[in-house]
Amino acid sequence: MTKPRDYESIPGTYVYDAERGRIGYALNMFCMSLNKAENRRRFKENEAGYLDGFALTGEQRRTVLERDWLGMLRVGGNIYYTIKIAFCDGLTFQDVAGMMSGLPKETYAQMMLAGGRSPEGNRYKDRTAGEIKHG
Amino acid sequence: MAKIVAGIATSHVPAIGVAMDRGMSGTPYWDPLFKGYEPAREWLAKLAPDVAIIVYNDHASAFSLEIIPTFLIGVGDRFPIADEGFGPRPVPVVLGHPPLAWHLAESLILDEFDMTIANEMQVDHGLTVPLSVTCGQTAAWPFPVIPICVNVVQYPPPTGARCFKLGMAIRRAIEQFDQDLRVIVYGTGGMSHQLQGERAGLINRQFDTAFLDGMTRDPLALTRITHTEYMREAGSEGIEMVMWHVMRGALDERVAEIHRHYHVPASNTAAGLLILENRGPA
Repeated sequence: MTKPRDYESIPGTYVYDAERGRIGYALNMFCMSLNKAENRRRFKENEAGYLDGFALTGEQRRTVLERDWLGMLRVGGNIYYTIKIAFCDGLTFQDVAGMMSGLPKETYAQMMLAGGRSPEGNRYKDRTAGEIKHG
Repeated sequence: MAKIVAGIATSHVPAIGVAMDRGMSGTPYWDPLFKGYEPAREWLAKLAPDVAIIVYNDHASAFSLEIIPTFLIGVGDRFPIADEGFGPRPVPVVLGHPPLAWHLAESLILDEFDMTIANEMQVDHGLTVPLSVTCGQTAAWPFPVIPICVNVVQYPPPTGARCFKLGMAIRRAIEQFDQDLRVIVYGTGGMSHQLQGERAGLINRQFDTAFLDGMTRDPLALTRITHTEYMREAGSEGIEMVMWHVMRGALDERVAEIHRHYHVPASNTAAGLLILENRGPA
C-alpha cells in the first residue's frame, strides 16, 4: 500500500496519478480513438455500439453515455482525454469546466472574466468542508 | 559554435490558437491578450534566430497513455500538425533541424539525461500555439524547430529542479555544436489554470506574478516549488510551469527581462509571456 498523497487534500481536484492511470486506461484510450475523424463519425452514429469495442466498466460506460463529466474523472478519466468526447458534442473546454464546477455557463464565463476562481478558501478540503467557493 | 541567444516563456492555451485560426484575435475578448504579444513578435523578428528549441507537452495527440516518455526529443526533419479531436490546426507543418537535434540527443544522453528519441511525430497546440503567438499567421514558420516534449499529463511530471538541470545540459550541448547557429529556447505552458473538477477555473495572480518575477530574480528558488504546491496554488494544470525551468536553465545566471505580459482570462487560463535575454554569469 502506498501512503496517502499530500495532494489529496486539494478540494475538487482529481490528480491523474498512478491509481487513476490504472483504472482509467481503457476509458482514456477510447477517448484517444476520437482523434480520428472516421472514429468520431462512428461514435456519433452509434455510441453504445462504438463503446463495445473498448473494455470499459459499466460505470465508465454510463458516465460517457450520460456525459457525466465529473463522474468520468472519478472512474479514472483524464480531462485531456475526456474533453475529446466534448469536442464531438461541439462543446469547449470552458463549457465543460463550467459543468464540472456546477455553474451555469454564463456565471462561469463571468467568473473567468472577473479574474477566475480565487484560491482563497479553495486550497484545502478540511477548510472548505467539501464546498468549493466560486469567484 | 552554436549559442543560445534568448528565452521565451509563454502559455499555450488551445483557445488562443482557435481564436487566431478563426480570425477572432481582434474581438474585445481576445484583443487585450494579443496586444501584449505584439512587442514579442517585433522583438523576435529582429532577433531572427536560426533555430528554436520548443519545450512543450503533448496533450493526448502524438502520444496517448500507451507510451509516456518523460523527456523526448524530436529529431525528424518535419513534424505534421496533429488532429486533437476537432481537425488539425490550419498552420504550416513544423520543420525540424536533424543535425542539431541528433547532436542534442547524443549529448544529453551521455550527460545523463535519458531522452526518448522520436523520428516521426505529430505536434499539437502545445507547440504550435507558442509559434503562432510569437510569429503570427504565416505561410511558413521563420525557423526550424527542435521539439522537446515533457510529460505533464500522467502524474508525476519531472520536478522543476530536474527540468532546470535539463536546460543546463541543453546549453552545454548547444555550445559544443560546431556550427554558428543562434538558438532560442521556448518554455511553454501555464500559467495558473485548472481545467477539471469542481475547482475548475482557479486562477492565482499572486502566484503567477511571483513566478514571473522569480524567473529573473531567483530562478533556483522557483525550482524548489513542489508538485503539490503547483497544483494547490496554480491549479492542477498549472503544474505545466515546470517546463519554464528548462528554458531558464538554458540561459545565463543573470538575465534581463525584455518584455512581460499577463492576461486573464484566456478561456480557463491565466496567459503569461516573458522574454529573457542573457546577461552573463552571476
